[in-house]
Amino acid sequence: MTVTERQQRAYVDAQAADARVNVELETDEGMTLNIGPQHPATHGTLRVVAKLDGEQVVWADVVPGYMHRGYEKLAEVRTFPQVTTLVNRIDWLGSFANEVPFILAAEQLMEIEAPPRARHIRTILFEMARVANITLFLGDLGAQLGAVTPVFYAFRDREHVLDQIEAVTGGRFHPNFDRIGGLKDDLPKGWIADTKAVMERIRAFCDQVEELLFGNEIFEARTRGVGVVPAEVALSYGLSGASVRGSGVDWDLRRDGGVTGLAHADLDWKVWTHPDGDSFARCWVRLQETREATKMVDQLCDGLPGGPIMAKVPRIIKVPEGEAYVETENPLGAMGYYVVSKGDLGPFRVKIRSASFSNVSILPWLLRGVYVPDIITILASLYFILGDIDR
Amino acid sequence: MSIAIELAYWQQTVLRTVGVLVAVLIPAGTLVYVFLFKMMSFMQSRLGPMEAGPYGSMQLLAEVGKWIQKEDIIPWRADRRLFAIAPYIVVASVFLILLAVPFGPDAWFADLDVGIFWVLAVSSISVLGILIAGWASANKYSLLGGLRAAGQLIAYELPMVLAVVGVVIQAGTLNLQGIVAAQHGGEIFGFGGIGNPYILSQFIGFFIFLVATQAELTQTPFDMPIAESELVSGYMTEYSGMRFLLFFIAEFASAGAFAAVAATLFLGGWSIPWVDLDANFMNVVGPLVLLTKMMLVAFLVFWARFTYPRFREDQLQQLAWKVLIPLSLVNILATMALKVMF
Repeated sequence: MTVTERQQRAYVDAQAADARVNVELETDEGMTLNIGPQHPATHGTLRVVAKLDGEQVVWADVVPGYMHRGYEKLAEVRTFPQVTTLVNRIDWLGSFANEVPFILAAEQLMEIEAPPRARHIRTILFEMARVANITLFLGDLGAQLGAVTPVFYAFRDREHVLDQIEAVTGGRFHPNFDRIGGLKDDLPKGWIADTKAVMERIRAFCDQVEELLFGNEIFEARTRGVGVVPAEVALSYGLSGASVRGSGVDWDLRRDGGVTGLAHADLDWKVWTHPDGDSFARCWVRLQETREATKMVDQLCDGLPGGPIMAKVPRIIKVPEGEAYVETENPLGAMGYYVVSKGDLGPFRVKIRSASFSNVSILPWLLRGVYVPDIITILASLYFILGDIDR
Repeated sequence: MSIAIELAYWQQTVLRTVGVLVAVLIPAGTLVYVFLFKMMSFMQSRLGPMEAGPYGSMQLLAEVGKWIQKEDIIPWRADRRLFAIAPYIVVASVFLILLAVPFGPDAWFADLDVGIFWVLAVSSISVLGILIAGWASANKYSLLGGLRAAGQLIAYELPMVLAVVGVVIQAGTLNLQGIVAAQHGGEIFGFGGIGNPYILSQFIGFFIFLVATQAELTQTPFDMPIAESELVSGYMTEYSGMRFLLFFIAEFASAGAFAAVAATLFLGGWSIPWVDLDANFMNVVGPLVLLTKMMLVAFLVFWARFTYPRFREDQLQQLAWKVLIPLSLVNILATMALKVMF
């Protein structure tokens, strides 16, 4: 076989490219496995570098940043109402929930309070975003473990939640509906009855998933005792949301956060925790939270107060000078915005604290000593959205 | 009794070549359409392919056409010769399995005295192809997948053999034609109406054989060699176009072949209980009967495939060595004891 000049050049190029990628990864013993940035398990562009001994992970690290979009910087050159369009794209499965903390921070700076009806509808959409987000997690969980069927059930039933969100906001994925001082519009006619039917459907879906997956022996064998995070480790890595409640920490910002712009305080609901701290516990807590969220939506729909949906807000929004930090319990965990205003039309600086970024920071600690198939279970059970890691 | 016409050797060879192609491809295509395209879709509350032909029945032809047209890609660092050979080895093992399976009183490719032994022996050849594919691709995911496949298929070879031993003891022969005849002529406590399909007495063997088949076929819950959420596509990661098509055919054709073997061993093969075993028309009806029984077994295999999540590699080995092998040994002992007593 003669080697053409073109082949030689291609070979040299390939060698050089590999050398660039692998220069920090070469090891003397074992094998370095590069999971991602393009890999089915990372549903996005997360990159996990793992050194393997056989099938066992000796060392692992997470390399995020392949999808960094610079929203913090972009927010500085936009007016306050425009920022919600950007932050919608952070956690794209539960978009509405991304807008809420930012709007609440702006309201806090302007010393405006949304009227009760606006707060209730805001909470309904907030919880529906949670339902839309976590139903997909419950389906995807099966797909990650090799069960192909539940993910289709998840998409089927999630569709109805998206329909309801679309009916109110006009946007399926990116509502951009929350406003400083209230909401853009009121609910459409007949929406409440439809929503309650959809919530019933989601509860049926939860039962189905519980029987299909959580009651399955193989699922239990794959998740119980895998990826155990003790409570103090979880807190020291800054985990939040179901990932920390799965370790038995009874902490939920909807109850403990003291957030004023939402209506969770008026509701009768429960914070679910699980003492085990393994993958199963985290998944189980999310399942219960979906059920709890549907019940919250039901309660809110029943007790919806009348009145305006918008407080008195000036036509041109200028936020007075000051700083505010508001954190809410989003579908993926605690999400907060630190907003600094210099009295202009737009924020001077925005710092986004997103849940997934902190949640995946535990991976190097957690992946040490596990088997390759367990990497996938642990990634799935920590549940991250790539947009939420990279912003 | 044999077919009245005498054929020259080359004529027989041509007939057998056509026959084995039909015997491999028709069941494989049927399985893909009925189970992978339709049953899976209905289980997942969707319709599956509907556009190509009535109810999407021509979809497979469209897919095959697409695969054939694709560019022939071999990774730069791959071992080119081995990379190209591997899919053919995997497909060849399916043809070799079907060689020993009888389809009617005279409809067989080779009437081997050690029929079932041959089947179990050649079914392992596919491991070789998979291992070669995993190694030659020069891809870490492929390598992991290939090694997993090797470990898994070796572990499940043993329960499969031991499950078959029970049948062999009961039938008193290794010849598959003989096993069919023994089931056809058998009696259940003096009642000979439906013969004696060994699924009734060897139900433990049938269960173990099915589990081992699932693992040999690397189907969920034992699909770690492919494990699309972990290893992208395991040993098939770097394959595309025609070579991927060969792997795809091998996957479903071997599902059909193993289901046919299971039907022969446990469900009476091509025979119909109250019909004369040597009747000449059984050469035509027999293959259809076997296809029906094969579809029944394949249904169980694919049902499990679309329902369960997958095991971890170590859990799979534990299942084989700690549960299935002791269970099949107990089954053999019980069969021997009962054989001596009655």
